[in-house]
Amino acid sequence: MRDRIRSVLRQHAQLAQTIEELSDEADLYRAGLTSHATVNVMLALEDEFEIEFPESLLLRRTFGSVRAIEEALSSVPSPSSRS
Amino acid sequence: MPPSVAERAVGNEHPRVPVGLDVRSWEERVAAVAACAGQHATQVDAAARFPAEAVEAMGAEGLLGAWIEPTLGGLGASIEQIAWACGEIGQRCASSAMVFAMHQIQVASLVRHAGDSDWWTARLREIASTQRLIASATSEVGVGGDLRSSKCAIQIDGRVGTLTKQAPVISYGLEADDILATARRAGDATPGDQQLVLLRRTEYSLEQTSRWEALGMRGTCSHGFTLTARFPAEAVVPDAFARIATDTMVPVSHLLWASVWLGVATDAVRRARTFAREDARRSGRTGGNARLAHLVARLHAFRGVVHEEVREYAARMDDPDALGTMAYAIRVNNLKVNASEAVVAIVQEAMLVAGIAGYRTDTSVTLGRSLRDALGALVMINNDRIVAANASLLLASRED
Repeated sequence: MRDRIRSVLRQHAQLAQTIEELSDEADLYRAGLTSHATVNVMLALEDEFEIEFPESLLLRRTFGSVRAIEEALSSVPSPSSRS
Repeated sequence: MPPSVAERAVGNEHPRVPVGLDVRSWEERVAAVAACAGQHATQVDAAARFPAEAVEAMGAEGLLGAWIEPTLGGLGASIEQIAWACGEIGQRCASSAMVFAMHQIQVASLVRHAGDSDWWTARLREIASTQRLIASATSEVGVGGDLRSSKCAIQIDGRVGTLTKQAPVISYGLEADDILATARRAGDATPGDQQLVLLRRTEYSLEQTSRWEALGMRGTCSHGFTLTARFPAEAVVPDAFARIATDTMVPVSHLLWASVWLGVATDAVRRARTFAREDARRSGRTGGNARLAHLVARLHAFRGVVHEEVREYAARMDDPDALGTMAYAIRVNNLKVNASEAVVAIVQEAMLVAGIAGYRTDTSVTLGRSLRDALGALVMINNDRIVAANASLLLASRED
């Protein structure tokens, strides 16, 4: 999952550093993630994982690090488990 | 204390002394300030000068420490009370009200994000006890007015920090006692990796680069400056600016600005009503003025929106998750757009009621200053920028 997250970030996060230089815990905002880029990352994650983030997860800290994104994705029900 | 870079040429170093903190009600204090602001409003506007009398009155009434809790010597006012005060002062002098609002935004950022270290507690106590006026240096030449982006950087060397910032605007920069500035956290930080730093008058020098000569809000004296500062390392506000902006600076700015504009609109409607009543008396008509009735309906709708958003913030203000959602960001942005459009529309409609008497600048119901002050609302953080931000957020958020 982390590789797929990193792949999305590589394409959409527009960071000052390459994603390979950053640990899973590194602060992505500190690395240059803007609110505009956050929206693109979020949309790309939804496409990649075929999920829809609930409104309650559309928070700054949800996209703050690779780890935070992973935790958020794990908490979102996949389409197949939805009634 | 680090040595000061240069003493300020303008401004007085004597502290303001708040009086009668325990006796007077919030309403009495605000009424006194509003009355004083009203007395000097025409002259402040005409000369584009700082509303010194109104700000001295704010200090005397303790209002510059309104947001600070009573245990630290402040008044411990609520956001509802402070927003209401913006509206009351705004009915008399929009420039005075905007200075009041901007100061409260700075204090709110400190109260909510500086933490409770001895150093910061002492600073908050000092702001309350000597009623220091705090200005803001957030905009910067070369970042296109983007609050969340800085070019300049804080340099920390041991216990001393330095900063140089090209600020196209620092409202009441010459008159302030302290300046709260944004900058990149360090020389190698990205543009969005910002911190706030509180600079005392003795710790900075200002070189004026432009003069505020504007259509309205003329008393805010929003000149441009090069800010050069040398300050103790503790003066960097502990929370990251990203958090301060989301949780406090952006929502509180929009709430208090909207409250000031509500005051401008309320005053314009009062002028229109005065004219309509006198006109009816003169002409002997008894049917009333339908346009005035429509105008009052608009004012009530505007007031409803502002009050609802102030209550909403009060309900969320201690919950970062509730403040940090995209849906709430959109909502706060919309308040700014709606409120700025409402104040212009209301003042314009008031002009139709008051007719030539409102258009003239020498009558008791003149709307000239109201209209000029109101138009500033559209471009203080340009509405097009805010709509563009919301358009982006709406790609993600699905909340209605």
